[in-house]
Amino acid sequence: MIGTLKHRGPDGRGVHVDGPCGLAHARLAILDLEGGAQPMGIESDDFVITFNGEIFNYLELRDELEKKHGRRFASRSDTETILHAYAVWGDRCVERMNGQWSFALWDRKRGRLFCARDRIGVRPFFWTVHEGRFVFGSEVKAIFAYPGVRRALALEGLGEVFTFWCTIAPRTVWEGISELPPGHTLVVDASRRVEVRRYWQLDYTVDDSRDDATCAGELMDLLVDAARIRLRADVPVGAYVSGGIDSSVIAGVVKRHTDTPLRTFSVAFEDPDYDESSFQQDVVGFLGTEHSQVVASADRIGGTFPEMAWHMETPVVRTAPAPLYVLAGLVRKSGFKVVLTGEGSDEMLGGYDIFKEAKIRRFWGREPASLARPKLLRRLYPYMKSLQAQPDAYLRAFFHVRGEDLESPFFSHLPRWRLTQQLKGFLSKDAKAALARHDPLAELRARLPAEYAKWHPFAQAQYLESTILLPGYILSSQGDRPAMGNSIEGRYPFLDARLMDWAAKLPPHQKMRGLDEKSLLKRAARNLVPPRVLERPKQPYRAPDAASFIDPASGKSRHEYVDEVLAYDRVAKGGIFDPDAVQKLVEKARSGSVVGVRDNMAFVAAVSTQLVAERFLEGFESGLPASRQAIP
Amino acid sequence: MTDIAKKISTFITDNLLLGRTVDLVGTSSFLDAGIIDSTGVLELVQFLEETWGLSVKDEEMVPENLDSLVRLESFVKKKLGK
Repeated sequence: MIGTLKHRGPDGRGVHVDGPCGLAHARLAILDLEGGAQPMGIESDDFVITFNGEIFNYLELRDELEKKHGRRFASRSDTETILHAYAVWGDRCVERMNGQWSFALWDRKRGRLFCARDRIGVRPFFWTVHEGRFVFGSEVKAIFAYPGVRRALALEGLGEVFTFWCTIAPRTVWEGISELPPGHTLVVDASRRVEVRRYWQLDYTVDDSRDDATCAGELMDLLVDAARIRLRADVPVGAYVSGGIDSSVIAGVVKRHTDTPLRTFSVAFEDPDYDESSFQQDVVGFLGTEHSQVVASADRIGGTFPEMAWHMETPVVRTAPAPLYVLAGLVRKSGFKVVLTGEGSDEMLGGYDIFKEAKIRRFWGREPASLARPKLLRRLYPYMKSLQAQPDAYLRAFFHVRGEDLESPFFSHLPRWRLTQQLKGFLSKDAKAALARHDPLAELRARLPAEYAKWHPFAQAQYLESTILLPGYILSSQGDRPAMGNSIEGRYPFLDARLMDWAAKLPPHQKMRGLDEKSLLKRAARNLVPPRVLERPKQPYRAPDAASFIDPASGKSRHEYVDEVLAYDRVAKGGIFDPDAVQKLVEKARSGSVVGVRDNMAFVAAVSTQLVAERFLEGFESGLPASRQAIP
Repeated sequence: MTDIAKKISTFITDNLLLGRTVDLVGTSSFLDAGIIDSTGVLELVQFLEETWGLSVKDEEMVPENLDSLVRLESFVKKKLGK
């Protein structure tokens, strides 16, 4: 099993077997290079842990554990801190930890396994029960390597991907495999009962007691400390620079508030519609960092995608993970193992266009007959040419506010989810029939926290984005997987535990003033970011989709595997998609007419689903075949 | 089905539905049925212009003209002066 995770930890491997419990670990050595080997035990192995991630406040916790509780440490690692914290505080130890983790801790005397995942889902944790045995791993492929575990796609999981862009934990796209939700612990007790419990969630109860200037000061203090503790490492730490505000702020904080020499990395695109290099160069010049850049051509994105699919273990509707895989490769080649990024800022501080879109739609919904109000929609998505070219009447129709939508708890996300659900039209007759009664929105509604209805609509949208797309896609397919696929660890100051709790309580008008997104962050970071970057309209990170697989100019597939996995017979045999529908989509791509959002998503969904299904079902091997290595 | 309706129907099936089975004749609103996505209407207009040599003005790109097979057929007929 542990051999399948070599990419996550190429620096060492360890196994610990004690009675009914076996733990294994693949190590990426970052802290305490000499003394941090795992699985690690204390008190003659009464407590033993296998741990993936970082506890950034481990020095503070260690200090408290030593001084107040008399604990004696044998190493300098954060791993040992978790063991002592559990010994002193029990299951509630996780509430004191600020970091990104998944771990399993064997408590020998009580015969119980205590597992936990960080608050927001930076590090993954999957599990199943097979013939009465609890089997777990950081990735599903490790579980599949356990003898006898069944490998089958779960159609309801696909139904969620074709709605939300990802599954919502505990559901996965694999039958019988569960994901431990972020902010939860899991205990396997001596009688092998499994109990999952929530220990944290975002709370959007507004605290409107401080003015903008005070809040901007508090935000900067939090960010500086969040970045400072994320620089704790015994290896050099780098930073991504996307050309947007968030990563620039992080790089700026490190440069101006710490004495760490900063090395930055960025990905550029050949296609000017996606490329942000000129802004990246502004940031690099402004901060004076040593910088490296890699170009992700459409050809390279398509070429990397099969390997990315192996790492993601799930279908996706965008190719955006692939350029990040290329970028992480550059970081690794440059001799770095750790990078800071700006991820999480849009969710916590109100940056996404979907928040703006919801605000405009709600404004319009108050006067549905208005022809003037929907004109604000033109201010959305200035970077989407196809959308900007739409006639007014159709733009209005697409974002149309139905009366009943205003009452929906999912008001903000309905246009996106309805559009994505159209992908189900490409499924085979059998798959459609199996999913006919599956209603992902009804399931989600049943799981919303009791306080949800009391929150401001802006906070409701933030909650949905922070608990669905952030852990399910952004931190996974665009975060952990492309980074760990290259043995790189991403660290996210905006997802610091203190900052998340603080930001959730900010009143919505401090996050988005009018239609100005992240207004408080912009105020706080005025001196850290070049003015041109601060003032530019938000451009989300995107990559060419269908065009990464089929060259729209020549109509030819860029790589052989594209023709293979989308061949009529292969699609028919797979049974997931309607082969006629896929064939027509391929023909459309060859004629250069796949330009709309839905068709692009459908194309990526078809390629990724076929790749994932073929790789993990019939042809499962526990390693990445040499023929599917990334193009250099 | 008239020749105009047949041509439009084939175009929508091949280029917008991409093989999905939908009863186009019985669909009263392509928008509500999710047949026209954010760019589908532009593809459709391009097809009308190329097939019948029409020129569709911006103000004519409204659901009243384009949102069902019946409306499309009468819009094309009107433009052709039939």
